[in-house]
Amino acid sequence: MDELKRKLDPSVFNIGRSQVGKHNWVQLGKQVSRKVQHVKDKVKNLLLQIQEGMELDESSLNSLKTRSLIESKEWKGYSVKKGPNYAPKRKKFATDLTRENLQTWKELQFKEYNFNAKGQPLDAGHLHPLLKVRKQLKDIFRQMGFEEMPTNNFVESSFWNFDALFQPQQHPARDSHDTFFLKAPSTTRELPEDYVERVKQVHESGGYGSRGYNYDWKREEANKNLLRTHTTAVSSRMLYALAKKPFTPKKYFSIDRVFRNEAVDRTHLAEFHQIEGLVCDRGLTLGDLIGVLHDFFSRLGMSKLRFKPAYNPYTEPSMEIFGYHEGLGKWVEVGNSGMFRPEMLLPMGLPEDVRVIAWGVSLERPTMILYGIDNIRDLFGHKVDLDLIKRNAICRIGIE
Amino acid sequence: MPTISIGRDRLFAALGESYTQEEFEDLCFRFGIELDDVTTEKAIIRKEKHIDEEADEDEEIIYKIEIPANRYDLLCLEGLAQALRVFNKKQEIPTYILADISKDKMLQMKVKPETSEIRPFVVCAVLRGVSFDEARYNSFIDLQDKLHQNICRRRTLVAIGTHDLDTLQGPFTYEALPPTDINFVPLKQTKSFRADELMEFYKSDMKLKKFLHIIENSPVFPVLYDSKRTVLSLPPIINGAHSAITLQTKNVFIECTATDLTKAKTVLNTMVTTFSEYCERKFEIEPVEVTYDDGKSYICPDLAVYDTEVSLSYITDSIRVSLEVEQVTSLLTRMQLHAEPAKSSDNQYAIKVHVPPSRSDVLHPCDVMEDVAIAYGFNNLPTRSPASIKPLPLNELTDLLRIEIAMNVYSEVVTWLICSRKENFAMLNREDDNSAVIIANPRSADFEAMRRTLMPGILKTIGSNKDHPKPIKIYEISDVAMLDESKDVGASNRRHLAALHCGATSGFELIHGLVDRIMEVMAIPFVPVNDNTGYYIKLSQEPEFLPGRQASIVVRGKQIGNFGIVHPQVLNNFDIPDPCSFVEIDVEALL
Repeated sequence: MDELKRKLDPSVFNIGRSQVGKHNWVQLGKQVSRKVQHVKDKVKNLLLQIQEGMELDESSLNSLKTRSLIESKEWKGYSVKKGPNYAPKRKKFATDLTRENLQTWKELQFKEYNFNAKGQPLDAGHLHPLLKVRKQLKDIFRQMGFEEMPTNNFVESSFWNFDALFQPQQHPARDSHDTFFLKAPSTTRELPEDYVERVKQVHESGGYGSRGYNYDWKREEANKNLLRTHTTAVSSRMLYALAKKPFTPKKYFSIDRVFRNEAVDRTHLAEFHQIEGLVCDRGLTLGDLIGVLHDFFSRLGMSKLRFKPAYNPYTEPSMEIFGYHEGLGKWVEVGNSGMFRPEMLLPMGLPEDVRVIAWGVSLERPTMILYGIDNIRDLFGHKVDLDLIKRNAICRIGIE
Repeated sequence: MPTISIGRDRLFAALGESYTQEEFEDLCFRFGIELDDVTTEKAIIRKEKHIDEEADEDEEIIYKIEIPANRYDLLCLEGLAQALRVFNKKQEIPTYILADISKDKMLQMKVKPETSEIRPFVVCAVLRGVSFDEARYNSFIDLQDKLHQNICRRRTLVAIGTHDLDTLQGPFTYEALPPTDINFVPLKQTKSFRADELMEFYKSDMKLKKFLHIIENSPVFPVLYDSKRTVLSLPPIINGAHSAITLQTKNVFIECTATDLTKAKTVLNTMVTTFSEYCERKFEIEPVEVTYDDGKSYICPDLAVYDTEVSLSYITDSIRVSLEVEQVTSLLTRMQLHAEPAKSSDNQYAIKVHVPPSRSDVLHPCDVMEDVAIAYGFNNLPTRSPASIKPLPLNELTDLLRIEIAMNVYSEVVTWLICSRKENFAMLNREDDNSAVIIANPRSADFEAMRRTLMPGILKTIGSNKDHPKPIKIYEISDVAMLDESKDVGASNRRHLAALHCGATSGFELIHGLVDRIMEVMAIPFVPVNDNTGYYIKLSQEPEFLPGRQASIVVRGKQIGNFGIVHPQVLNNFDIPDPCSFVEIDVEALL
């Protein structure tokens, strides 16, 4: 045995030893002696058969596999036939018509386009939704024959903002918690003195048919500058200027920013846009006001209106305007209106039979309703999401 | 609109005064005609023959005057000069009358029935004792041409034939015969032609070939004869040579054949009213009697005056000038309309107008009212404008600019007017120059002041949209406020435009490009530095921008804005993580 070990390779010796024992060909011991005369090398035969490409039974294959004498390899074969789209040249699908392939359009085959996906998002410029609504309202006013008032003056004196409108100096609106008063410029530099005198008179003791408020009117109060709380301040300036000339009827409007020193919440801001319309003519009545309001609001899509008596310091009668909102299925307050008091118009010098009817609405409210915005702070200001500005529809108010 | 060419000097002589060209144009303007062109006879010929020659010193100046299409009476110098003389009160309105002769002394025109197949109507008249010179003769021919072109509709409706009466013998006949039966020597020819041969002959005549179609396919051609069978004319083609008018002609026979009798009468009236001023007995026209086979007959010309009554209030209400009846009648007289006061049926003031035969254009009181207005002077009439609305230029410009900026792929924002004092100055690296409006009772620092520029609002918008995909391009066109001693309240608004680009790169050239685009849409040209006729850019030193990457925009010598890369310190103050470029312009300076 030892001699055999020495003469043979160790791997050969090991395999040989187990195989001869298995087949009982040799008597194993110190001396190795033959037991059979002939040995058939079955394994060699099998391997030769495999080499020649013959098939073998599973158990033989397994035993050969176990001994790592063969390796199983997967062999894939394909049967190829000419299909219906067979072409001698390789066909590419076009995804687009291009300058390069335009002339060969007849031979082009287009890849199916996915119409279920959206198109390419575009680079575009955008207008702000609030200002889109403003433009539509401006057009509505112009179609109704109203002329725009110049409102580019945010700083106003209390005189034009309150006193000229017959709003008394002790009125709560003039308190600092509702109005932004100014430190610089703190007081107005000049006022039309003769007109101021007439306004002082009508506040203190009346006249023009009124018994007045009966209080001490203070010039210092009137002089105080503020950020205008309504664009009616501009309207009073315009009416005063109108009174200085031979009278012609006028229809004015404005849409611009006003300021309230109020707490900011979901529907209230310190600054917002007021829409104001006024008609100045001889012999106007509440009926005229209602008529103009019907015209105006029907253009905004609201044709059912109701009017509730209300109070404004400078209009009498005053009406709160309610419109029926078809979408919400209820009546909602849509604005405020009234006829300016004689104590406001007569000291200006307007003829006695001249009446002024006016109304005001906010710009933000219809914009929020139109664009489905819930919180006013999402509508304008620097915290607005730019996405909102980029994906809002054209405003069709006044068109249908 | 028809144009007539008349010699200037002849015209001024007829008007009785000379005018400078400007003065004459003014007269035309007030009357309602237009001096279209000033040229010379020879220049016209040169133009026709395409000759390039210098003008002679003494070439006769020709005025080409445009005449309204309904004023046949103005289509020749005689008619126009008379109208202007009457307008200028230099002449009374002539009264045209028929010569007082009995029917049996009148010339006769007998119409044969066959004419109804081709050209049914004829009217005639005689001008006695006229004296022609070359100019008058040419004018006479020109008027016929103008009438043929206009009211006669290129001779299809009416054709005029004028003849030397002394070469003819009445009575005349107006017949329609087969062309082969008509034979005569036509004008400008020496040999005689048969009518059908004449048609062929004229096929190559530039002037006459366009009239051939009017009769060429008819079995009978219209033709006028005198009692000796001399052909007066083959209307509407050509007159006979025998009766051609010369400068020596003393008595003129005019015949107008037509398919429209009303127009024929108007044409004849125009001929006789304009040229009867040359008759021995001025404005007197000798009538002719036209008789038909069926016994129907009429005397022509029909110089009947059209009488109409117009209420004074109709005139004064229409022109909104309160005039007395006498004023109206004297104005109408200047327009060749005889007028006299009358009282209408309901006792209102009225004017009775006698419209002469030369004014076939007057159909309705409105024609009378127009003439009153012309004589009064259109430019003297009082005006009344309907109510109309004027826009506010600053607001209109703002809206137009907003759209332009959006078209440059910028998104619009609307930011707060109220801000903190820091945001106005310190956070922008600026010194507080106390020019801002300060609020006395702010609830918090956020309500301390009014923005002095649009910059803080724009930067705060970027700061609040950090996650928005870049590049971010936003803009705002709105008011800022500042102290202003010239205003009654001591402060004023100013309209500003601001735009910002924020991205991986600052976009400085893009903001610069936007500035150029704004100037382009405002039609402000780019000019060299210090040129005050447009805009230029020059390096600036503002603290809110990066040094070396900022500039002022100077328009027509005034600085109206700045642009630049926003200073990193400023970006930091507003918590903006990416570079930005910014521009702010005073829009009111662009107005």
